[in-house]
Amino acid sequence: MSEVIIEARDVAMTLGSGARRVQALRGIDLALRRGELTLLMGPSGSGKTTLLLVLGCMLTPTAGTVTISGTVTAEADKEGLAKIRRDHIGFVFQSYHLFPTLTAAQNVQLALDIRHERGKRARQHAREALERVGLAHKVNTRPGELSGGEQQRVAIARAIVTNPAVVLADEPTAALDGDNGRAILKILADSAHERGQAVLVVTHDPRIVPFADRIIHIEDGLLVDQTEAEPTRLPKIAPFGPISALRSES
Amino acid sequence: MALTLTLASRNLFHDSLRFIATMVGIVFSVVLVMVQMGLYLGFGHMVTTMIDHAAADLWVVPKNAKSFEDPSLLDLKLRSRVAGIDGVATVVPLVVGFSDWRLDSGEMTPVFIVGSDLHDGALQPWNVIDGNVQALSQGFGVAVDRSYFERLGISGVGSTAEIRGKKIKVVALTDGIRSFTTTPYVFVDLKNARSLTGTPPDRVGDLLVRLKPDADRDKAITAIRGEIGDAEVLTTAQFRDRSRSFWLFGTGAGAALFAGALLGVIVGTVIVAQTLYSSTKDHLSEFATLRAMGSANSYIYHVIIYQALINAVIGFAVASAIGALVVQMTAKSALPIVITPWLVAALAALTVLMCVISAFGAIFRVVRIDPAMVFMR
Ligand SMILES: Nc1ncnc2c1ncn2[C@@H]1O[C@H](COP(=O)(O)OP(=O)(O)OP(=O)(O)O)[C@@H](O)[C@H]1O
Ligand SMILES: [Mg+2]
Repeated sequence: MSEVIIEARDVAMTLGSGARRVQALRGIDLALRRGELTLLMGPSGSGKTTLLLVLGCMLTPTAGTVTISGTVTAEADKEGLAKIRRDHIGFVFQSYHLFPTLTAAQNVQLALDIRHERGKRARQHAREALERVGLAHKVNTRPGELSGGEQQRVAIARAIVTNPAVVLADEPTAALDGDNGRAILKILADSAHERGQAVLVVTHDPRIVPFADRIIHIEDGLLVDQTEAEPTRLPKIAPFGPISALRSES
Repeated sequence: MALTLTLASRNLFHDSLRFIATMVGIVFSVVLVMVQMGLYLGFGHMVTTMIDHAAADLWVVPKNAKSFEDPSLLDLKLRSRVAGIDGVATVVPLVVGFSDWRLDSGEMTPVFIVGSDLHDGALQPWNVIDGNVQALSQGFGVAVDRSYFERLGISGVGSTAEIRGKKIKVVALTDGIRSFTTTPYVFVDLKNARSLTGTPPDRVGDLLVRLKPDADRDKAITAIRGEIGDAEVLTTAQFRDRSRSFWLFGTGAGAALFAGALLGVIVGTVIVAQTLYSSTKDHLSEFATLRAMGSANSYIYHVIIYQALINAVIGFAVASAIGALVVQMTAKSALPIVITPWLVAALAALTVLMCVISAFGAIFRVVRIDPAMVFMR
C-alpha cells in the first residue's frame, strides 16, 4: 500500500451556531494515498464539501486531527493554513473560479506567482501544465472565450502546475456534459497515476465512477462505505476506453 | 510585468466608469490642493516682494510694524543715530503709505506710495518695461505696473492723474509688481513721497540699513537696538517672515487656503477609498480564490496597493498637466499661482499617501475573506 499523504483522524465539524447548528461531520477517519484517485460520494447535505474544506485546510475541525505530509494542521493559524495549502494542495472548484481578466497562461502562472516562482521558468511551467490538459493552443485566451470544459481544464492546470501532493476537487464536472466531464476526470486520474498525487474528487456523477481507484460514501457526516475499485474497471491505459461501455450502461 | 501589477491594472481598468470616477476624485483633489498651495506660495512671494527687492541688510521699523505696508512712522532723527553706529555703511529712509489716486474721470482709487531716494538705489522699481526711472525725480513723476492700467485709468507713459491735489505723470512702467492687497504700488521719489502721503517732514516709514562688508551683523543689531528706543531692528529674513505671517495668517487668508487644501485631501481620500473598496468587493471571490490557493495575505495587499498606486500615478499625471495649464493661465493675472519643484514633490507624495491610505478600507475588508466561500459557488 502506498504512502499516506493526507490523513484525517476522528474528525468532527460543527457548522453554524444556535438553532442552526449542524453537525456536518461526526468522526471521520480517512487516509488519502499517493497515486490514488478517490471519489467521495453521498447525498446532498451529507458533508462532502465540509470534509473537503477540512482536508484542504480551509476549515479547522472542531475535533480530531488532519495531518498533511506529516504536518499537523491544528496548530496553524490562518496564515499557517494558507502556507500549508500553498505548499501541498491544489484545488479545483465546481465553478472554475478563474480570473476573467487574465489569460489562461496567466491564470496558471498565478499559482506559481503566489509561491514567488516568476519569470521565464514560471511561464514555461504554466505552458507545460496547459499542454498536459490539452490546451497548448489556448495559452493566450481569456476564460470568457473558453468553453466550460476548457475553463475547468485551465483550472486543473492551475491546480497541478505546482505539482502538489494533494489535489482536491469539489464536483469539478457538475457543470459539464458527459464528454467534458470524462475528459476532466481523465486528467485528474493521470495526475494521480503518473505524478503520484493523492486526488480526491467529490461527485454525484456516476459517469466518472470508472476512473476511481477507491470510492468513499458519506451520509449525514459519517463514512458509510469504502469500495476499492475492481482493477478491471480502472481505465489506466486506454484513455476513453470504458466510456462508450459506460454510455451504453447508463 | 509582475502578475500582481497586471491583476491590479486589470481590476482597475475593467470597470471604466469606476476608474473615471476615481480619476475625477484624485484629479479634483490634487488640483485643488495644488491651486490652494500655489496661491499660498504666490501670496507668500507677493507679500514680501518689496522686502525682497530692497537692497538692505537690516530694517529699522516702527514698533510692532506687521508688514511693509504698516502705516506707523519713525522719527527721522533715528537716521543719523543709526548712521553713526560702527559697521553701518548707509541708512536710507523710505516714505511709504496709502493714498488716493484720482483718475482724470474724477474717480478715486486707493494706491500705496513707495518713496525712496533714487540715488541711494535702495528700493527702485524693477522690471521696467517702458519709460525712465530717472525721470521720477523730475516733477511728480511716478512708476506703476502695467497690470493696473485700467484701475488707474491710464494708457502708458505720459498719462496723468492726481494724488492729494498734486498733478502726477506716469514716467515709467513695470511688469509684474503686484500687491497682495490688490492696492497698486506707485513708486515715487523720496522728496515727493511726503506730500503724496501726507507724511510730516520729521517722520519716515522705515530705515533701510546697509552694513559695511566687514561689519559684525549681530553686534550692529545690538548697537542699533540701543539707539532706536521702542522702534525695532529686523534682519531682512525676520521682516519677511513677519510680513508673511501677518498677511497669510493674521488675516486668515493662509488658514483659508490650508482649509481648502485639507478639504481637497479629505474629499479625494474618501472618493478613492470608496471606489477602491467597491472594486475590492466586486473582486472578492477572486481574492478568496487566491486565498484558497494558499496566497499569503500580503500578496493580496500587494494587488490592492498596486491598484492604489496606479490610481495615484495616473491621477497625479493628469492633475499635473492641468496644474501646468492653470499656472500658465494665471501667470499674468493678479493672483499668480506659484508651483515650485518642492510643491510638485510634496503633491506627488501626498497623492501616493492619499491613495495608500484609501486602500486601508479595502485591505480591512480583504483580511476578513473566508476562502471557503469559493466552494459555496
Ligand atoms: N456555513 C454553514 N453554516 C451552517 N450549516 C452549514 C454551513 N455550511 C454547510 N452547512 C450544513 O452542513 C451540512 C453539510 O454541508 P455540505 O456543504 O458539506 O454538504 P454537501 O455534501 O457538500 O452537499 P451538496 O452535495 O449539496 O454540495 C449540511 O447540512 C449543510 O446544510
Ligand atoms: Mg457540496
